[in-house]
Amino acid sequence: MLLISCPWCGPRDETEFHCGGEAHIARPLDPPALPDAAWAGYVFMRDNPKGWMRERWMHAQGCRRWFNLVRHTVTHEIAGAYLVGAPLPPLPDECP
Amino acid sequence: MQRFSLVQLVRNALAHHEKWPAYWRSPEPKRAYDAVIVGGGGHGLATAYYLARNHGITNVAVLEKGWIGGGNTGRNTTIIRSNYLWDESAHLYEHSLKLWEGLSADLNINVMLSQRGVLNLAHNLGDVREGVRRVQANRLNGIDAEWLSPQDVQAFCPIVDIGEGRRHPVLGATLQRRGGVARHDAVAWGYARAADALGVDIIQNCEVTGIDVLAGRVVGLRTTRGAIMARKVGLVTAGHSSVLAAMAGFRLPVQSHPLQALVSEPIKPVLDCVVMSNAVHVYVSQSDKGELVMGAGIDAFNSYAQRGSFHVIEHQMGALLELFPIFSRLRMMRTWAGIVDVCPDASPIIGRTPVGGLYLNCGWGTGGFKATPGSGWVFAHTIANDAPHPLNAPFALDRFTSGALIDEHGAAAVAH
Amino acid sequence: MSGYRLPAGGRVDRDRPLAFTFDGRRFTGFQGDTLASALIASGERLVARSFKYHRPRGVYSAGAEEPNALVQLGAGARSEPNLRATQIELHDGLVAAAVNAWPGLRFDLGAANQLVAPLLAAGFYYKTFLGPRGWWRRFYEPAIRRMAGMGRAPTLPDPDLYDHMHIHADVLVVGGGPAGLAAARAAASGGARVVLAEDGPLLGAGLVDDDATVDGVPGIAWADEVAADLAGRDTVTVLRRTTVAGLYDHGYAVAVERRTDHLPPGAAPGHARQRLWHIRARRTVLAAGAHERPLVFPGNDRPGVMLAGAVRTYLRRYGVACGRRAVVFTGDDAAYATAAALADAGVAVAAVVDPRRDAPDAAALAARGIAVLPGHAVIAADGKGGVESVLVAALDGSGDGQARRIGCDLLAVSGGWSPVVHLYSQLRGRLAYDDRLACFRPAGSVAGVTVAGAADGRFDLAACLAAGHEAGLAAAVATGFPAVAAAPRTSAQPPALPPAMLWDRPPAGRGKAFVDLQNDVTTDDVALAAREGFTAIEHLKRYTTTGMGTDQGKTANVNAIGVLSGVLGRSPGETGTTTFRPPYTPVAYGALAGRFVGELFDPERVTPIHPRHVEAEAVFENVGQWKRPRFFPHPGEDLEGAVLRECRAVREGVGAMDASTLGKIEVRGPDAAAFLDRIYINPMAGLAVGACRYGVMCREDGMVFDDGVVLRLAPDRFLVTTTTGGAARVLDWFEEWLQTEWPGLRVFCTSVTEQWATVAVAGPLARAVVGALAPEMELGAADFPFMTFRDGIVAGMAARVARISFSGELAFELNVESTAGLALWDAVLAAGRRHGIVPYGTEAMHVLRAEKGYFIVGHETDGTVTPIDLGLERMVAKRKDFLGKRSLGRSDTVRTDRKQLVALLPEDPEELLPEGAQLVDDPKAPAPVPMVGHVTSSYRSAALGRSFALALVRDGRQRIGGRVFAPAGAHVVAARIADPVLFDPGGSRRDG
Repeated sequence: MLLISCPWCGPRDETEFHCGGEAHIARPLDPPALPDAAWAGYVFMRDNPKGWMRERWMHAQGCRRWFNLVRHTVTHEIAGAYLVGAPLPPLPDECP
Repeated sequence: MQRFSLVQLVRNALAHHEKWPAYWRSPEPKRAYDAVIVGGGGHGLATAYYLARNHGITNVAVLEKGWIGGGNTGRNTTIIRSNYLWDESAHLYEHSLKLWEGLSADLNINVMLSQRGVLNLAHNLGDVREGVRRVQANRLNGIDAEWLSPQDVQAFCPIVDIGEGRRHPVLGATLQRRGGVARHDAVAWGYARAADALGVDIIQNCEVTGIDVLAGRVVGLRTTRGAIMARKVGLVTAGHSSVLAAMAGFRLPVQSHPLQALVSEPIKPVLDCVVMSNAVHVYVSQSDKGELVMGAGIDAFNSYAQRGSFHVIEHQMGALLELFPIFSRLRMMRTWAGIVDVCPDASPIIGRTPVGGLYLNCGWGTGGFKATPGSGWVFAHTIANDAPHPLNAPFALDRFTSGALIDEHGAAAVAH
Repeated sequence: MSGYRLPAGGRVDRDRPLAFTFDGRRFTGFQGDTLASALIASGERLVARSFKYHRPRGVYSAGAEEPNALVQLGAGARSEPNLRATQIELHDGLVAAAVNAWPGLRFDLGAANQLVAPLLAAGFYYKTFLGPRGWWRRFYEPAIRRMAGMGRAPTLPDPDLYDHMHIHADVLVVGGGPAGLAAARAAASGGARVVLAEDGPLLGAGLVDDDATVDGVPGIAWADEVAADLAGRDTVTVLRRTTVAGLYDHGYAVAVERRTDHLPPGAAPGHARQRLWHIRARRTVLAAGAHERPLVFPGNDRPGVMLAGAVRTYLRRYGVACGRRAVVFTGDDAAYATAAALADAGVAVAAVVDPRRDAPDAAALAARGIAVLPGHAVIAADGKGGVESVLVAALDGSGDGQARRIGCDLLAVSGGWSPVVHLYSQLRGRLAYDDRLACFRPAGSVAGVTVAGAADGRFDLAACLAAGHEAGLAAAVATGFPAVAAAPRTSAQPPALPPAMLWDRPPAGRGKAFVDLQNDVTTDDVALAAREGFTAIEHLKRYTTTGMGTDQGKTANVNAIGVLSGVLGRSPGETGTTTFRPPYTPVAYGALAGRFVGELFDPERVTPIHPRHVEAEAVFENVGQWKRPRFFPHPGEDLEGAVLRECRAVREGVGAMDASTLGKIEVRGPDAAAFLDRIYINPMAGLAVGACRYGVMCREDGMVFDDGVVLRLAPDRFLVTTTTGGAARVLDWFEEWLQTEWPGLRVFCTSVTEQWATVAVAGPLARAVVGALAPEMELGAADFPFMTFRDGIVAGMAARVARISFSGELAFELNVESTAGLALWDAVLAAGRRHGIVPYGTEAMHVLRAEKGYFIVGHETDGTVTPIDLGLERMVAKRKDFLGKRSLGRSDTVRTDRKQLVALLPEDPEELLPEGAQLVDDPKAPAPVPMVGHVTSSYRSAALGRSFALALVRDGRQRIGGRVFAPAGAHVVAARIADPVLFDPGGSRRDG
């Protein structure tokens, strides 16, 4: 049971949240122009990293806002949350 | 390989069991192999065995980063069935079930296949419709399947509460009598022993750290026990498939999630079949040791840790008691988790990859154990021939580009 | 008779005798006893049978680690299997019985397994029962299953209640022994919120086993002082009889509090039997202590062999001597205190056998006439039914080289201690083998967790108190509280010598030496597994089943690691441990489920009109979480009769349906129209205010996801309706796109499903009924055309009336505030009475819509169906992008021979196709028969005067007029493929 800090509401149990998976998968601006493989890349392909991951969460039983979290997929350690649209924070194991 | 039999057991007992040989050797890795299988789970070991047995390719290594059978092979709820909806899946899983039925004899080890029947309960009219649809499809595909009325369900599994007053009454069920359970560890050990006897090197404590690709073809692997050359490499690493794919430079439509399972303390037999319920979200059976073995849901977040969140277990117990109110005072003895590799259509990926000579077998999600023999069979074929077996051709990676998905969400008791 | 009650001593209340029954015989104990202590005091040595060989077993320990003494407790609905007698607090009238013994404990037929024991070595079942085919399932397995299992499941539902509790703490202290008490005291001193969880009924109870003083008073008195101090602080929550079962991420712990199990059944009505505590703590101090380890030697499982610490516990805490003549066999200093305590209590101590050459306290014991044999080992314990004597030999073969036999009925053993690292290890804390202490200790760090005391490998009282105190202070400081308390001082002395184990030089007597007592795993089994290549500790565990019993190997695991390492000639550290998994001790399913069972497992949602449906004796169906009336049978009417009647009423007269469950979302904002245009496959931006439009939405993979009607309330305001089951999903879908992908769009979404009650009035006479209710409203087709809506007054209530039809008939959907729903329904039925209005349910609604060829998400779609497959090409917008549009252009989705929605007309119009039936071209083909589609919905139609179905058929639209077959076993139904719109294809009735 993770303890997740919602940027709007503060720390809450994981059960209040909905996990939306990998963050920063931008919808292509001009889908018709894309080849099938590139479209498949957007719809289906994922990094699924072992280590630090930027992911989307929604405070479903709270403010119902989406935000992003930097979480480690092995230790479950959470490095922090940031707002949708905010500059991408470096991952803890990346050089700043 | 010393044959297993009652006669051998008696003979060895008289010798105080001091003459039994090891199930498999523990060789040092060679510098090169004709084929290397990455991942010493059931699927990988079966692949190696069938490469040797069916295709005569015996200069093969299975590389396992820990101990064989230690991943999802040794962490699942051991349910075996082939009652999948779509033709592609039904044929693959049925091929697997047929192999299961001869597996103890083929591998000369008792894998304890127990065809005690698998019930999939229907709790609402939509479930009934889907159940009938699946039963009919199974039968036309030559797979045994029956539709049971609530009274039939009660007769087949007396302890299920089908009561109309309940929140989720039982409106019927599908039954596959040939479905059941098997001893998961024995499958891994049996394949390892049989593959070893055919010359396959099983190398434990050997983690792959890199995949060497030259001009679009795989040429070898880097491991914690040195470099190994191979022109054919099969990746069978379940929850770690994305990690291996990244080493080879491509991405997969796979997400890794924890899936929890749990057992009760052993009790005298009360449940003589496998009961699954999609709507209430239960799958449970009783092992030969007496433990109730059941699966819980997957955690929603990606994780490579073999542990899940507790609330998933709590919810699971509410569901269990909805179907089996008499279980309330039994106790959960142990929980654990595996890392399942979940595909968007809840079907596996078995076939070639963008890298020549590199083959992929993953995406089994929550239901891979039952497919172990069939998966190994078709994957060995794919590796040996550089082309898929007809049974796994539909399960190619490029289906995500074409859109020809095989959506089996209805077939798994877990919401993938 | 072996054990007995001492004339005095112990923390039992001798003025309160308690009668109890064990295995059908009556006994008496005292308040404060456990079932185990009372049985020992009554002279019972044989209390259990082992799992595989059904060997006689006695009580082995005094706590959670007990491998042997499992009992079936209670009777009837409260019967409970596999409880440890060492943890069952005795109450008056307690009834318990042995498990896994038939016909009885003393004469157990299962013991015949011992005759074939040589065949039953580890993994024997993998090597035999291989044939003939089918025999495993028919003969061998049923026989094994009958042997397996321990206790029995109850046959009745549980009459007890279970609660879930939630608490936040600054510091959680696990364990109320000396280290835990010191930690809690220190942490609480500065005002931190502390939760202290103790497994047993008393804090510091183990201190009674010890002679040392703490802060100048006897240890137990100090514990009482601390307990009183903690009880007086409102920032401290002390949970006794509470086991912390699991430790999870981010300071989350789960604990089970047993509130009534120590009382006679039903003695605390209204009380939850157990509480499952969910504790979120900023810091956690693990002070769970250590388990004493058995020594492994032949016959080490016989009744009368017990852990030395337990023997002392029974003396001191319960006033019970476990035997009359004892031998102490120990490789550890602590058991010397047991020898002394036994002598103090008047029990003859025949010898203290210590494999270490330098016995620590030989002189003191010798002065009391107790022989100490350093450099010696017990090489066998013998006796029929229980220990009668032991064989003792010098380890180096010195002396006369002969083993000597010593008579005894109690053998107290100690092989050192295993720290209780379970919770720490559950969170993947790293363990390392400590050669000096011969145990695995925490050697890494887990964020927010400190391990203190014996759990950390600090086995003496002084170190435990100091470590607990430091950990408590540090936790307080780390959470922002001052360090106030002073460290407790004790007279206790640390042990003189490290313990010795015999893993690499197994005692050489004859007989089975057990590593895992519960699962009957012997040293021979471990050696066999090693020989066969199962040298990884996880392989050893799985192959031999060591550590897989109800005790999860608390006394077995480290010995298994040690023995395996001894066989392989490597250090236990190289072998490593298996993974510790929750729970620490088994937890009742009922406690895990808490109140979320029965009605609260998955609460029903009902509409404001629901009470009327109940009064009308409607038959309900579950749709998502909702209860919806499926049909309203008249007396004597079945489903078919009722549905035909309801359908006929709508087609020929007028019907009313409660449509309140449909999802409703208000979408507002300047960009609402642009947003909906991106969501729906058809254009929404051009929808006029006051008009309605049907829309379909897809996932990004192009598959239909939900559908419904959109009402434009204002230029910047829409009301979106969704399917009953899809409302929450669709709202989440909207929010996700708005917040994460299109934050620039100024749109807000609000769920209003439960704000409205909706009654659909449908049928040729609908206008007359609504007209009677809304005399002010102009209802003519010209003024109020199909697919528009009006706000107005209906039956005196503010209402929104929409001309939407899912039946194909003239229909008005009346929406009022949900609180007015019941009144609206009553008014509609009253106004409709003279027109013969009929309430209809979901089944009739399904038939009516199917006659019109309207699909239902979940019936005709299953996540693999595109809008094109459903025949909606003309709806698919060409000039705008929408979610999923690109996927419709992939090679598989542009195939023209995909499965498409069609109607089926059985050639026999009386015959009903089963829903879900598969369709084939050649019903005589051998399996696998190629399937061309399946029946998605199937009904009898009053309007068509025949049966019909909807189906998805491969290349179906090109095959209209052709035949397909639905084989249902031997019977085959033939049907013609038809256009899906079978009734009123022009739509004139609907538009009326």
